[in-house]
Amino acid sequence: MPTHEKILLKNMERPGYGGTLPEYLAVGGYEAVRNVLGKVPPAEVIERVKRSGLRGRGGAGFPTGLKWGFVPKDSGLPRYLLCNADESEPGTFKDRQLIERDPHQLLEGIILAAYAIGCHRSYVYIRGELVYGASVLTRALHEAATQGFLGQSVLGSGYDLTITLHRGAGAYICGEETALIESLEGKKGMPRIRPPFPAVRGLYQSPTVVNNVETLCNLPHILTRGPEWYAAIGTEKSKGTRIFSVSGHVSRPGNYELPLSVTLRELLLEHAGGVSDGRALKAVIPGGASSPVLTPQHLDVGMDFESLAAAGSMGGSGGVIVMAEGTCMVQVGEVVARFFHHESCGQCTQCREGTAWLHKVLARIERGGGRREDLDLLLDVCDNMTGKTICVLSDAAALPIASYLRYFRDEFEAHVRERRCPLAA
Amino acid sequence: MTFDPQVEQEAAAILARYPEKRSALLPFLHLVQREQGYLSPATMEEVARRLHLHPVEVLEVATFYSWFNLKPVGKHRLQVCQNLSCTLRGAERIIGTLKEELRIGEGETSPDGLFTLQRVECLASCGSAPVMQVNDEYHENLSPESVRALLTRWRAAAR
Repeated sequence: MPTHEKILLKNMERPGYGGTLPEYLAVGGYEAVRNVLGKVPPAEVIERVKRSGLRGRGGAGFPTGLKWGFVPKDSGLPRYLLCNADESEPGTFKDRQLIERDPHQLLEGIILAAYAIGCHRSYVYIRGELVYGASVLTRALHEAATQGFLGQSVLGSGYDLTITLHRGAGAYICGEETALIESLEGKKGMPRIRPPFPAVRGLYQSPTVVNNVETLCNLPHILTRGPEWYAAIGTEKSKGTRIFSVSGHVSRPGNYELPLSVTLRELLLEHAGGVSDGRALKAVIPGGASSPVLTPQHLDVGMDFESLAAAGSMGGSGGVIVMAEGTCMVQVGEVVARFFHHESCGQCTQCREGTAWLHKVLARIERGGGRREDLDLLLDVCDNMTGKTICVLSDAAALPIASYLRYFRDEFEAHVRERRCPLAA
Repeated sequence: MTFDPQVEQEAAAILARYPEKRSALLPFLHLVQREQGYLSPATMEEVARRLHLHPVEVLEVATFYSWFNLKPVGKHRLQVCQNLSCTLRGAERIIGTLKEELRIGEGETSPDGLFTLQRVECLASCGSAPVMQVNDEYHENLSPESVRALLTRWRAAAR
């Protein structure tokens, strides 16, 4: 098995590492904060992050430095940095590990990002269910403040920063950046129409940057070891490493940090131990439940953003769900559609009604009540859901369902023909 | 309505964290649910009064988020993940075992007031599926046997 240097998971894999401040300092933690704050101009920090090629790890893969560059310098309003820790994409469980096992790596990333955009008040929006993660972060925030890494004039640099932990309350849509902002303002987490983009008008109508946990965790390393070092890892357009969360029918489920140049075959067979119980591979969801499915014919696809898009799917959140032969793809569709139906905020008709229809029709087919016209009906509903709503939750529901029909149509037809699930035990 | 002094103190600290009062709504609801187990209409009205909101604004937020209970729940709130990785790894067997052992349906509370059974969407713990959250704690890599053992432990502790 090829070995790769881990960046984000490195500390926590040291024997006995518990993620406390003394432990983080002992492995070189907060070196980037010491070397950057008050010494490197914020504009230069943004330049370095742009040169590193870092792209957001929350789902969209947008270049991080470019996003920061959109924040106006002269609005006269306070600027906010929000850490998106509302991890809820089915198949994805990397942010939770980063928060629980190495919280200061994240806090250092937040301090660097906040400094770069000129923010003095930052919020970590953590998923409400992650009670333990919230307690770990609360302790880490206290430690950091006590040692002068937060508060007035961080380490004597003249730069002030407060970070506040804010718990969400179990709504997937709040991972969408404008919904997160609405939720942080004490409202239902309903996405906002863009433009204006949050960089111009976000939290409290002020310039706001929302970055994912994993994205922020990369910053201390990029700023300590240099953008060129980071840019040399991965592929030409997808730089660095990525944490792939692997679950489902796989021998060794877990988080794997690998260069973005890794292929699906290497990830699944060499690292995650292949399909569990010696079964054959049937399908893989490569980037969280929102991403269209891939099949064994795609095993040599690169896990970078471009290669997955070229294969008809997407890198998304990096959540890789493995399905063995014998898995019913109609049931998979039903579970995925149920999720999006449950999580649709209800604001846009196409999404509110479309997700309900998808779930209802898929459940009917799975239970043996499917009609021949249902398959075209599903595709028609999917078609009416894509590209027509305020946010991409509607697309996130429709695209995977359409992909199941594309690759496994015969299985859907067999359900309708036999009036039962042919794979049911 | 007054809360006990410790809660009042925490409520004041929450309010101080935000430039705009309304942002304190979710933390406020977390606080009162932690203390009272659920959000009663009277509690929500009180939260609304303190944040200068209309009670319906608090209600619409409380109902939007799945974490909040709008009616009393058992001592152990069993939230079993029903999303894809958990389903692939046997979540339905876990739910079936719990229904059989507790003799209650989904959304119901056992007559002894110990358990409420609920299904939830992805708990972000797919690598250790199947998973359930019990109050603030995750229980991972579940099997029907481990679930039965947990119930036995909690029942014994309640005696």
